[in-house]
Amino acid sequence: MEKIKSNIDYNDAVIDVENLSKSFGDRQILRDVDLKLFRGENLVVLGRSGTGKSVLIKLISGLLKPDSGTINVLGEVVNDLKERELMQLRLKIGFSFQNSALYDSMTVRENLEFPLVRNKRNLTRAEIDKEVEDVLEGVGLSQAINQMPSELSGGQKKRIGIARTLILRPDIMLYDEPTAGLDPITCLDINTLINEVQERYRTSSIIITHDLACAKMVGDRMVMLLDGRFERQGKFEEIFDTDDARVKPFYDYNFIV
Amino acid sequence: MGRKINSLLLEFANIHRFLMRFFREAVSPPYEFKEIIRQCYEVGWKSFPLIGLTGFIVGFVFTKQSRPSLEDFGATSWLPALISIAIVRALAPLVTALIASGKVGSQIGAELSSMNVTEQIDAMEVSGTNPFKYLVVSRILATTIMIPVLCFYIAAIGLFGGYLSIIGQDQLSLLSFFTQVFDKIAFIDVFAMTLRAIVFGFTIGFASCYIGYNSSKGTEGVGKAANSAVVASMFIVFIEELLIVQLLAVITPLIT
Repeated sequence: MEKIKSNIDYNDAVIDVENLSKSFGDRQILRDVDLKLFRGENLVVLGRSGTGKSVLIKLISGLLKPDSGTINVLGEVVNDLKERELMQLRLKIGFSFQNSALYDSMTVRENLEFPLVRNKRNLTRAEIDKEVEDVLEGVGLSQAINQMPSELSGGQKKRIGIARTLILRPDIMLYDEPTAGLDPITCLDINTLINEVQERYRTSSIIITHDLACAKMVGDRMVMLLDGRFERQGKFEEIFDTDDARVKPFYDYNFIV
Repeated sequence: MGRKINSLLLEFANIHRFLMRFFREAVSPPYEFKEIIRQCYEVGWKSFPLIGLTGFIVGFVFTKQSRPSLEDFGATSWLPALISIAIVRALAPLVTALIASGKVGSQIGAELSSMNVTEQIDAMEVSGTNPFKYLVVSRILATTIMIPVLCFYIAAIGLFGGYLSIIGQDQLSLLSFFTQVFDKIAFIDVFAMTLRAIVFGFTIGFASCYIGYNSSKGTEGVGKAANSAVVASMFIVFIEELLIVQLLAVITPLIT
């Protein structure tokens, strides 16, 4: 299934990463990486496990500090921000974690309320309830409102995780392996949801994945992380129109094997 | 050898940074009053039954075991004085701290470590909540507030246990028991007990939070964190007990 056409403003980069490097000990993960995410765009970051895809979005959200380079998000340089300023910026960035990261001691309702009551303290009880119900309806899980995370399936957890980030109405969404560990039908549902989120909430997103079906379905543009650098960029077909031995197996495994 | 020394120094630096961050976050707004109260309930209220039972047994057994020695000198009437000094000066804070290290320390260590492993702490951070303030500061303050409360409770229950042990063999009214108990306890004893309990409470909260918050990833990390939180809390409590006893031995003559 191909991606539907998005409303992208190529003159407005909401994320602009320049010369970004990050290493852990002796292991260099990212080497002078440049990246732009344009307003309204779904950008897919492809790459093998352990190549630093998740590290990239953790750097963008300020969860990790870069060794060098600049990360500009919505006009603010993340690495220069003070803790309080960074927290304000993070309210505009939704982060969907690979394992959903739902608070397991809270119900679905409490999980969704948590960011809302802590960041919008002037909301009334009725307004909070309405926001929670709206966002749950948006991910198609209204019936799960009083369930505990342990009672949900993997796909439902992903949806609730996405709903929890959407409740603050972010401008940017960062998805870390949104379809990892899910069956093909649930993957399809999640991919559809990612596209719906882009359309309904006018978000710009970075989707980290090595699932090419997901990449093809949700990505407006793709970049491939190879040996710490973005060596290939473009549309799906452009990325895989190569004999590069580091790239070809990706396509072959997903579409031929 | 050099590498081990380096990693030890690095660990000390991290502990120091964690401690300084705690004080900085504890005094700067916004304050997490609701979470502190919730943690006081988790740490304190839920520990009352276990602490109460332990205190009762300690008081009862200690009195029972002390009786034969005093009987040899015909001094069983000194039992209330003996147990009051033993419980208030030594047993109450130490037993409270050891029980709390096991119950509360393991709970905090495992909980924070599990949240770390499942990226719940990161999720909190990216959704605009300061996880250090919400998770760490609230828990350390809760243990620092509630361990002294539990300590007074264990002292009261322990003394009552001692009284029940005495009246099993002697005739003694509750009023006269407590009159003898309070005759022997000075202000410095209560002050020392409270000081110990505050220090132990802070230690248990701090050690457990540090270990849980900085645990290694993976399920093994959760088990290790729970275990290390208990071991580290108990170990530091004993060291502190040793130091506080020495300190009190020096300052008590100066203020009495």
